[in-house]
This record gives sequence, structure tokens and C-alpha cells, in this order.
Amino acid sequence: MAAAEPRSGRQSRTAFWNDPRVRAIIAQAVVLLLVVAGAAYLINNTIANRERLGVASGFDFLWQVAGFDISQTLIDYDRTYSYGRAFLVGLINTFYVAVVGIVFATIIGFIMGVARLSSNWLVAKVASAYVEIMRNIPLLLQLIVWYFVVLGGLPAPRESIALGEGVYLNIRGLFLPKPVFGEGTAIFLAAVVLAVIAVLVLRRWARRRFEATGQPFPVFWTSLAILVLLPLLGYVLAGMPITFEYPKLGKFRISGGLVMLPEFMAMVAGLSIYTGAFIAEIVRAGILAIQKGQWEAAYALGLSRGQTLRLIVIPQALRVIIPPQTSQYLNLTKNSSLGVAIAYPDFFNVAGTINNQTGQAVEVIAITMAVYLSLSLGISAFMNWYNARMALVER
Amino acid sequence: MAVQERASAAAAVQPPVTERITVLAWLKHNLFSTWYNSLLTILVGYLLYLVLVPVFRWAVLDATVSGDSKEACDFAGACWTLVKVRFGQYVYGLYPEDQRWRVNLALAIAAVAMVPLFLERFRHRLTYAVGLVLVYPLVGYTLFYGGWLGLPVVETPRWGGLFLTLVIAGVGITASFPLGILLALGRRSEMPVIRSLCVAFIELVRGVPLVTILFMASVMLPLFLPAGVNFDKLMRALVGVALFSAAYMAEVVRGGLQAIPKGQYEAAMALGLGYWQMTGLIVLPQALRLVIPGIVNTFIGLFKDTSLVTIIGLFDLLGMAKLIVTDPRWLGLAAESYIFAAFGFWIFCYAMSRYSQHVERRLSAGERR
Repeated sequence: MAAAEPRSGRQSRTAFWNDPRVRAIIAQAVVLLLVVAGAAYLINNTIANRERLGVASGFDFLWQVAGFDISQTLIDYDRTYSYGRAFLVGLINTFYVAVVGIVFATIIGFIMGVARLSSNWLVAKVASAYVEIMRNIPLLLQLIVWYFVVLGGLPAPRESIALGEGVYLNIRGLFLPKPVFGEGTAIFLAAVVLAVIAVLVLRRWARRRFEATGQPFPVFWTSLAILVLLPLLGYVLAGMPITFEYPKLGKFRISGGLVMLPEFMAMVAGLSIYTGAFIAEIVRAGILAIQKGQWEAAYALGLSRGQTLRLIVIPQALRVIIPPQTSQYLNLTKNSSLGVAIAYPDFFNVAGTINNQTGQAVEVIAITMAVYLSLSLGISAFMNWYNARMALVER
Repeated sequence: MAVQERASAAAAVQPPVTERITVLAWLKHNLFSTWYNSLLTILVGYLLYLVLVPVFRWAVLDATVSGDSKEACDFAGACWTLVKVRFGQYVYGLYPEDQRWRVNLALAIAAVAMVPLFLERFRHRLTYAVGLVLVYPLVGYTLFYGGWLGLPVVETPRWGGLFLTLVIAGVGITASFPLGILLALGRRSEMPVIRSLCVAFIELVRGVPLVTILFMASVMLPLFLPAGVNFDKLMRALVGVALFSAAYMAEVVRGGLQAIPKGQYEAAMALGLGYWQMTGLIVLPQALRLVIPGIVNTFIGLFKDTSLVTIIGLFDLLGMAKLIVTDPRWLGLAAESYIFAAFGFWIFCYAMSRYSQHVERRLSAGERR
């Protein structure tokens, strides 16, 4: 208390511009003023420019007729639909390629990451060559090579490469048999749902029994059996309701069936092989981060190599792997916007077309940024949730 | 004694089988240790054989390098004649041939001027680096663009190839580094307005793809500026690339700042240092040293990302490769052109990643001591 007295006396003598708090307020006010002034200047210019060019403003254009086609549509769409619908089609295409790409990138990445640590010299070298080559070449270049060189070199529809019954590969894409859902599909679907529920119940029961008695139960194999057999039974009982429509080979084109566009295949190949190289490094680092003592302790407890990997090493490695993995998934999703270079109709590509047609660049860019930001936030929220779940295992 | 002599004599007489044994032992240990390892080796070896032999045949054995037109190639293998004839364009783009020495000179000056930065003994590396960053752009701009000292002007649309890639990457790296540090400091600042502005900028930029930002810079910038004011296309791309990588750089630097123990800050304040002295003399030198690998990785990413300027119509190495493919005299040689461009990118990125690994090892060695 006594010490406080002289200080307050001295404070009155300190000039106010030397007070850190006053300085902070002044600095912030100046920065804020500059930012607001800059923004006002830009907005002012934009408004003036738009008036001069006679561009409409506002989001009314979303309900106007789009008038352009999109090569890959997973929902109903043609040129008579609205711009808003076109945005949605593009968004779904982005999701589609991102999800498929993430699945393949994860598989490639895990295989290559583990292979790089293999005791087999050849396997380890092949995996490290893959990583060192692929992650040091720009993704855009890889996408262009996949699209224009690899898939562009495929034969015309007449000379399609047949990859089995009803599966054709040619320059127009990959043609697959299309499933047709007949009457009784509901029974089959019910069997699938039932199987999933049965597996979940079984897992809970097995875990409870394990905790109570210490008796392990072969959950994996039993689950697999349930997941395969129950839907199969449902399928047969419902009278085999799902038939396949095979693509028919014509002279110039293939009709019917399910088509994977070359743009889509090039995107998936490029994105997953490029991102897979980064994931491989993350997986390798994650496994290396687990101390040798963990392996030895598990062996000492009598666990087999497979059990050690599954119960001891992977749960711990995942905690190291998940955070950087998240940013790789985010990168892959954002990189799917490079589809614009090979005419894959992803969100960014569709937005570019809409911008060209309407000239409402500000609105289009605002929508684009909002969409990519929410995609990013969505993926990181999901991965944070998953990460929190994995972290709990530690206790 | 006698035993020893006999042993040494026997050793002298023994045939030099040791080497063969180690090779066999190596093979057994590394390739055929268990039955599934042997199976894996054979399978992978066979796949490699299937892939590498045709590739090698195409790229080397059956390839053509001679001649100066497409007719020289027989198309049994690669036609490297294209790369040989157009080599200058891959490197300099459409830069006038008689002026290319200017690019060479500027890049040589850059290479020589950067040598002291890698000398461990050199004490004033930081001061030197700052000086270089301030002086070199003048030298580079004068030589590249000209219009001064009797050098004819070369407009930026004629810049291209590897040279343009290096210019974009170089400007991006030098501009994003100080910007990134400022953003990182701002994000950790105690002033709420500055902190939230920095957080908003970093998260906004990191949340969207670079294409969006380049697209914005190339299409929307004219809309933001008063009528009549117009920037060079290259300038706009440079601003976009620099702002984009600044946000990533900021996150790397923030990682380093967070790793500095609080005691360092407190000790600096106890010595009576102000904020900028504390940051510049105590905190940043330690923080940046910690995140050198991360910084180099950001640079590698930036170097690869420069290829995206192809989308907004600049002719960097990739754009040049794409342009050359569309030349009617050289149609159908896309693979050769792109492979050469890929090789160009790969060399630089691989060299940088090796350097980063080297620094990482050296830093961790320092840590262990």
C-alpha cells in the first residue's frame, strides 16, 4: 500500500503519450481508421465502376435462368435451371471429387508411409522415390499431364479398352454398368441397416464382456460376416431386385451405363497421388514418433505383432497423424479448384462461368469465398471432433 | 605368438570372398528375409520391370535429340528435339533473344550475392540480407525491364519460362517474409483491434484456394480502383501471391513465437527493452531459427504454386510448356514438353527440400548438445 503512494504521485508527471495503454489505444485507432478508409475508398470505386459499366447488383441473379450446360451433374440440371442451381451443381461436384480424392489419398498415403518404413529395401526405396518425386512437382502440372497426356492418349470409343464385362475405357471416360433398383430394394436396404445395427450392438457387447471377464472376442471377423451375409440374405429373399444396365458399344459413342468423365478421373488421380505423397510423410512421422519401448512393452505382455500395431501403436500414432492430416484434407479440397484448368465443372469453374455471364464479380467472389471458407471450417470442425475422440483414448 | 602368426598367415591366404558374402547377406537381409518379403520383392521388382523398361526405352534408347524440326523424330521414342530447339523459350519465355544476357546477368548477380548468406562464419548475415532485399530489386528491375542506362524496355508480357517462375517465387518469398512476421506479431498482440484484423486476414486467406485470390487479383482489382488506373498483369499476380504466402508464413512464424519461453520476454522487459527492441533482438532471432524448416517448406509450396499463374494467362515454366505444345509445328509432343517442365520444377523443389532437411538435422544436433 505504502509503495503504491509514490507511484501514483509519479504517474501524474508521466506524459500521457508515454503511457502504454494510451499508446495502444491510439495505435489501434490509427490502424482501424486506415483500414476503414481503405475499404471505403475501394467500395466507393467499385460502386462508381459498376454504375459506369451498368452492372446490376444484389443476389437476384441467382434466380435467373443459367443458360449453360454442365458436363457432370449429380442432381437434375440443364440449361433452363437457375444460376443458384448451377452453383449447387458445382458445389456437389467439388464435394464429390474431394471425398473420392480424400479416400484414395488416404489409402495411398497409408500404404506408402508404411512401405517407406519397410524392412524390405526395394519396397522402401520405391515408396521414397514416389514421395520425393510427386510432392516436388506442382499439382497443376500433374493434373494437366493426367488429363492431356495420359487420358488424352486413350483410344476413341470404337476402339475402347474393355476391362471386363460392361466396363469400357476410352477417351470419353470410364463406362461402368449402372445399377437399376427394382421392386424390393427396400427389403435389401433394411437388411443393410439391420446389419449395421447388429454390428454396433455386437461391438458394445464384446467390449463389455472384455472389460468384465478379459475374454477377447473376434469382433472384426464376426462383424465382417454379419455385414456381408445379412445383406446378401436380404438380397436373395427380396428376389434379387438390383439389376445392371450395361453400356452398349456403338460406332462413335457408348450409350447407357454409368460414365466417369475423364476430367473427373484426372482430378481424382492427380489430387490423390499428389496429396498421398504428403500423407505418406505424415504417416511415417507418426509411426516413427512411437517409441520402441511401446513395441517392446506390448511384446512383453504377450501381444502379437498385429495386436501391437492395432491396439498399441496405431491409436498413439493417430494422435500425431490427425492434425497434419486435417490440413492435407483441407488442401486437397481447396486444390480441387484447380479443376478449372482441365475443365472439371467444380464450384470454382462454375462460378467463373457465371461471373462471365452476369458480370457480377463482387457477388460471385463473395459466394465463392464464403463457400470455400465454410468448407474449410466444416472439415476442420469434423477433424477436431475426431481428434478429440482419439485423444480421449489416452486418459 | 605362433598362433597369431598362423592366424595372420591364414588371413593373408584366404581368398577375398568377404565382399561377395556381404552382398549376399545384404540381399538376404534386405530383400529375402522372410517368405512374404521375398514374395513382395519379386512382385514389386516385376512391376518396376514392367514400368521402368518401357519408360527407359521411350525416354532414352528410342529417343531422338538430333535435328531441328519434328520431322527428325521417328516417334518410336521421345522427341527431345523439341526441348533442344525451344530450350531458350522454356528458360526465358518470349524475352527477346538478343537481350537474354540481361536475365543471365541479373540471375548470376543474385546467385553470387546470396553466397554470403550461407556462410556460417559471416557474422552480419541479417544486416546483409536486409540490404540485399532493399538493393537487389532495383538491380533486377533495371536489368529485366530496362528503359534506363541505355537498355531497351522489355514489357512484362514477354517475360516467361523458368525466368518468370523465379521472378514470381523470388518476389513472393521476399515480400511474404516480412509481411508474414508482421502478421504473426499482430496475431499475438495484446491490442484487440490489431489482433482481430490479423486473425481475420490470415484465416480468410488460408481458407480459400490460391486460384480464387489470383482470379480476384486479375479480374476484380480493376473494379476496385478508380477508372483509368490499371496495373500490370504480372504486378497483380505478384500482389496476390505475396499476400497469399504471407498468411501461411504468418502461421509458421507464430509457431516459432509460441515456442519461445515466457522467461525470455520477461528477461527482455526486465532489461528495460521496449516492444520492438525485445522482438527484434531477443524473440525473433530465436523464433525464426526454430522454424527455418517450416519457412523453407512454405517457400517450396510457394515455388510450386507459382505455376497457378498459368490459369490467369501468364507464361511461367508451365505456361510456356503449355504454349509450346499448341504450336502447330510441334503438335503431339505434349508428354515431352510437360516432362521437361516437371523436371525443371522438381530440381528446384528437391534442392530446397534437401536444404531444409540439412538445416533441420543441424538444428536438432545443436539441440542435443
